[in-house]
Amino acid sequence: MMETIFSNFALIIGTTLMYSTPLIYTSLGGVLAENSGVINIGLEGMMIIGAFAGATLGYFVGNPWIAFIGAGVAGGIYGLLHAVACVSFGANQVVSGIAINFLGIGVALFLSRMFFEGATMTKSIPLDFKMPRPLNGVFPDGSFLNIILDNQYATVYVALIFVLLIWFFLYKTKYGLRLRSVGEHPTAADTLGINVIRIRYFAVIMSGVMAGFGGAAMSLAIVSNFRPTLISGHGFIALAAMIFGKWKPQGALLACLLFGGSQGLAVFLGQFNFEISSQLISMLPYVITIVVLIGFVGKSAAPAADGIPYEKEHKY
Amino acid sequence: MKLKFKEIRKALYIFATEKTIGFTLIAIFLGLVIGAIFLAIAGFNPFQAYGIILRGIFSKPSYISYTIIRATPLILTGLSIAFAFKTGLFNIGAEGQYIIGSVVATAAGYFLHLPLFIHIPVVIISAVVAAGIWGGLAGYFKAKFGVHEVISTIMLNWIALYFQNFLIYTEGFQKPGGETSYSIQPTANMTILKAWKGSVAGREWLLQHPFWKDLLRTPMNWGFLIAILMAVLVWFILNKTALGYRLRAVGFNKFAAEYGGINVNKNLIISMFIAGGLAGLAGALQVVGVSHKVTLIAAMEGYGFDGIAVALIANSSAMGCILAGLLFGALKYGGAKIQPFMRAPSEVISIVIGSIVFFISIPKLIKLILTKKIKKGGTK
Repeated sequence: MMETIFSNFALIIGTTLMYSTPLIYTSLGGVLAENSGVINIGLEGMMIIGAFAGATLGYFVGNPWIAFIGAGVAGGIYGLLHAVACVSFGANQVVSGIAINFLGIGVALFLSRMFFEGATMTKSIPLDFKMPRPLNGVFPDGSFLNIILDNQYATVYVALIFVLLIWFFLYKTKYGLRLRSVGEHPTAADTLGINVIRIRYFAVIMSGVMAGFGGAAMSLAIVSNFRPTLISGHGFIALAAMIFGKWKPQGALLACLLFGGSQGLAVFLGQFNFEISSQLISMLPYVITIVVLIGFVGKSAAPAADGIPYEKEHKY
Repeated sequence: MKLKFKEIRKALYIFATEKTIGFTLIAIFLGLVIGAIFLAIAGFNPFQAYGIILRGIFSKPSYISYTIIRATPLILTGLSIAFAFKTGLFNIGAEGQYIIGSVVATAAGYFLHLPLFIHIPVVIISAVVAAGIWGGLAGYFKAKFGVHEVISTIMLNWIALYFQNFLIYTEGFQKPGGETSYSIQPTANMTILKAWKGSVAGREWLLQHPFWKDLLRTPMNWGFLIAILMAVLVWFILNKTALGYRLRAVGFNKFAAEYGGINVNKNLIISMFIAGGLAGLAGALQVVGVSHKVTLIAAMEGYGFDGIAVALIANSSAMGCILAGLLFGALKYGGAKIQPFMRAPSEVISIVIGSIVFFISIPKLIKLILTKKIKKGGTK
């Protein structure tokens, strides 16, 4: 009895980690952009570009790491578009983000039809070329850790490392402090000699890179190809997780875990022959998120200059 | 000659900067250019593609009808989002409100047995109220608990999606042997001449009148007129009523509005209720006019998200939503035709729409290009 409880518990943790991973990368991207003062509603589109680039490179190159990094680069280049609009041209950041989303799905499917003989679904990556599972078979069969970690792809661990890295960067380095100061009070930062433009470019491009990783964590690990509905709302959920996590990397991590956890719970409950419909169980993650927001989190405040384009008043 | 060119540019600059509509038209033009560039790089003739799209929209009465049918829900979801924008809210939830509207309309259309002319209004009003409550919920969460409407509406979208799927699997509502609901009763059907089209007399008459035959092939219905009426109504509420004034004041400056004695929280909920009702109306009209039932959905269908683009292209103006919705509907319907005719990816339409929205987000870029050229021209 005790043992089944333990193994079920482990199973839920395992699925939690799996489902949270793409969200963690992407919402970290959101954390970077928004802490520098640029709203990024385009995370969904950047994730789509990353997922497509990852699956395509994975299929043609056959190395998951090259594909993963390539997905980040693609996401970063795509993020540059948002950066140019928002930082250099003072765009309405929400509008630009929505445009990024439409362009993302359009460009990904357009290119997919070009590369894969008119199909909107990329060809599957052979099993050997998918993300490796580093702890596969390390722990004894059926043990607690084995159930949790046996099937986890490398992307899961990389995501957790990124949380640590970005937390360290934002709160323990001078560059992180500069990035946050640009998001809080760009004029003050500017008078202190901080290059607001350069920092915002960096942050938005990095947010594209992270969202690209998030997409690839989906198309290279959880599944093994790209298809039109692969990223359907994940970017928006990551955005919600970032707001939910109060614009902090550790908060975003927890929010993503909560979301992945309730999804894990839904999957777990789905395997029993309940009287409850599986459709109702599928609602669970979303209902839990709202309940948690209502009950426990309370108001959250964005960085003060989030969403406001920065312009120098005079150029001498 | 050179002087003339300079003057044209100057005129263009005034056109693009003085009036928003001129700026929007330039953005649309640039969006089409970007789409053409993509097609050209991929080895397709963009002129041929746009020709097919144009013919696919206008060359037959049925095509025009389909375009309008496609545009109708987009106009309404666009209005929903534009309305919320005007009151300072970002309604990402039009998608879910649309779903609630369509599923409630189907239920009311199937389960209720009412006489003609009463049934349709009952169906539509119940759908609008249900979707309004769904939207109002997000307003309530924001007013009462400070939950950001972007998060709550994203979550409510997915809850609505699974709710519809749950109902479709419910006995009594699910059509046996299919992943769809039962169809609504004939009394709730708003497709024009639906019964007559299938009758012997109707078919004979149509055989002799090819124009009408082609036109009535489509599920033509009154939805478009209702959508236009709603745009007028939204414009009226926002600009000519005290409620609209209060809502806009809240959107313009929440704190100033509160200082002026406006109950901000109440207006948040009202605004989201109206926005939800508009998106729900889109779903209801789709059911009574076009689909007559709801089917299992695996992912978001995009009416709500497309509505965001419509509202943005329309610059949140109610009348603009009609035009932007028609543009979007036309591009989507006509754009689908380049796939079978020239094997060119019809996704280029998403690229065009995305580019239009992108250019709309950066008025500065367009102004910059035009001013630079004028200055250069001036020194010569």
